[in-house]
Amino acid sequence: MDFLYPLAFWLFAALIAVSAIAMVVTQNIVRAATWLLFTLAGVAGIFFLLGADFVGATQLLVYVGGTLVLVVFGVMLTAQGPFINLKIGAGEWAIAAAVGLGFFSVLAYVLVGFEPKVPANVAVRQAPHKAEQPLAVGAAAGSLPLADNPETRSYHSLASAAVLGEALLGFEKTAPDSPVTGVRDIVTVGPGGTSSQVKIVKERTKMAYLLPFEIVSLHLLVVLIGAAYLARSKRRRGATS
Amino acid sequence: MLTDLLTKMLGPEHADVVAAIRVFVAVNILVAFVAGSAVFFIWLERKVAGRIQDRLGPTRVGGKFGWLQTIADGIKLLVKEDLIPGAADQMLFRLGPYIAFCGAFMAFVALPFANGWVAKPLSIGVFFMLAVMSTEVFGIILAGYGSGSKWALFGGMREAAQMVSYEVPMALCVLVPVIVAGSMDLNYVAKQQDWLWKWYVFHDPFTFVAFWTYFCCATAQCKRAPFDLAEAESELVAGFHTEYSGLRWSFFFMAEYGAMFAVSGIAVNLFLGGWNIGFLPNELQAMMGVFANLIGVVVFILKAWLLVFVMMWVRWTLPRLRIDQVMMTCLKYLLPISCVLLLGVSVWQAFVPVILARIVGYLLCALTIGGLGWVVFNLFTITTKLPVSGVPNLWTPGGSAKDLAKT
Repeated sequence: MDFLYPLAFWLFAALIAVSAIAMVVTQNIVRAATWLLFTLAGVAGIFFLLGADFVGATQLLVYVGGTLVLVVFGVMLTAQGPFINLKIGAGEWAIAAAVGLGFFSVLAYVLVGFEPKVPANVAVRQAPHKAEQPLAVGAAAGSLPLADNPETRSYHSLASAAVLGEALLGFEKTAPDSPVTGVRDIVTVGPGGTSSQVKIVKERTKMAYLLPFEIVSLHLLVVLIGAAYLARSKRRRGATS
Repeated sequence: MLTDLLTKMLGPEHADVVAAIRVFVAVNILVAFVAGSAVFFIWLERKVAGRIQDRLGPTRVGGKFGWLQTIADGIKLLVKEDLIPGAADQMLFRLGPYIAFCGAFMAFVALPFANGWVAKPLSIGVFFMLAVMSTEVFGIILAGYGSGSKWALFGGMREAAQMVSYEVPMALCVLVPVIVAGSMDLNYVAKQQDWLWKWYVFHDPFTFVAFWTYFCCATAQCKRAPFDLAEAESELVAGFHTEYSGLRWSFFFMAEYGAMFAVSGIAVNLFLGGWNIGFLPNELQAMMGVFANLIGVVVFILKAWLLVFVMMWVRWTLPRLRIDQVMMTCLKYLLPISCVLLLGVSVWQAFVPVILARIVGYLLCALTIGGLGWVVFNLFTITTKLPVSGVPNLWTPGGSAKDLAKT
């Protein structure tokens, strides 16, 4: 797909960027919600482009069909007057720009990858597809794949959001490392590297989705609390309800 | 098939051009089908409405049956003045119909019309269809809000609440045949139902009830009567499309008929055997090749049109529900029923022995087909006599209009 894939990607990316900027800039709050719709739909499009159909459909169902409908209901029913106009002062623009830039820089840094310090006595992690070959301490480090090589392991295996993203999108061979998911794998290698002392870590791939699952549950809880708050009956002072 | 032909013509190094052409052709076919279906459905709705109300419907434009009535309606809508109310939010008002239509149309991408004839074969087909049809709600909200009129706003809000609420039991009912089949791929699910007794509607009592429950939820999701409070003229003028005239209004109606066909298509693929006639097994279909696919397309479209006809029939028969009755039906009746069906079909699949399940399946099939046959037989043989009052009037033989005064 020489030109189709980049063309589709750039179309979706332009849609997302333009909609996000328009959402921030516009003064009408309902129009801001509409631009948010296009942003989220564009993100769903990027998911479909990556081949992650399930995540893209879930994005549409949960975000557009659920969260955004809730946001628009709340915005429309609680705004004073038919068309609310937001007047944003310069100070608020400055603070919002600072916060936005801060978030963006953190995201960019994490996406590109960072290298935490690996202590010398940490247990050796074993990749699932290499279960037959225990990684003994002192093996020839140069011949191993990047994720198993102790020298490059920190870049490719520990706490990098790229690996987490791959696991969320459903690449079954990858699994985030234990510091990310909270599941610790201890692999002990017997004297001489016999395989009988090595624990096979196949079940860890099921635990790999634990963190994303928790994040999604929290997100839905926030949506639920917001809905309950918006739907509460307000008491008016001095008037019979 | 088209992909192979184009690859032969252009060579394998132009795979991207082949893909682009295939996408273009597929989308054009789908858009033409949706628009043509809408034209047909508007005519069918008026004829069905007429017949149920003891009159004829359109009979003047295009011969005895009024075939060209919809074309005439379309021309009228095209040349109508494009009115936008002064208090309307210009951008949102214009945007509403297109979002609604896109939401309804995108579902057709994953809907198989015959074995393998689907625009994009997705392993999560039915989930994708439900997800994109849920974006139609936003078009309704924008239309209701952007019209700048309180009737439109009320209608839009009620409509949005109804559509969003009915998505839940609808998804649960869709899960029931998915559990039986083991896949969300609509192509795979329909392929399992090549014989009449294999159709999932006859598979076990839970899928049988799930079909009717799904049909109720789908009718409510498409905002059709008896759940069409938003379009009730006696209450809200015309709900969210009050201020829309001309081509914008017709976009909403293309979206509505498109959504009706899409949910009927899901029901046909999940419950009623998809493109299978019922007596043509998969092996024979594989031998017949493209010819079987063509028969399959015709059979699928006819079955979906039958379900849409049932929706129209119900619209002109039953009275309208109030909005609180609509929400009560969803939350207090259909949602618990769907949960029980989900639990029931899981237990059925896990614990009921195969021989008992088969017997129940055959029994359900025989009883349903037998019952349908009895109803149809009686329709043609039972005659009723009109009550006789003894006074000659217009409707007794030998009477005339002069006697009308006597009744």
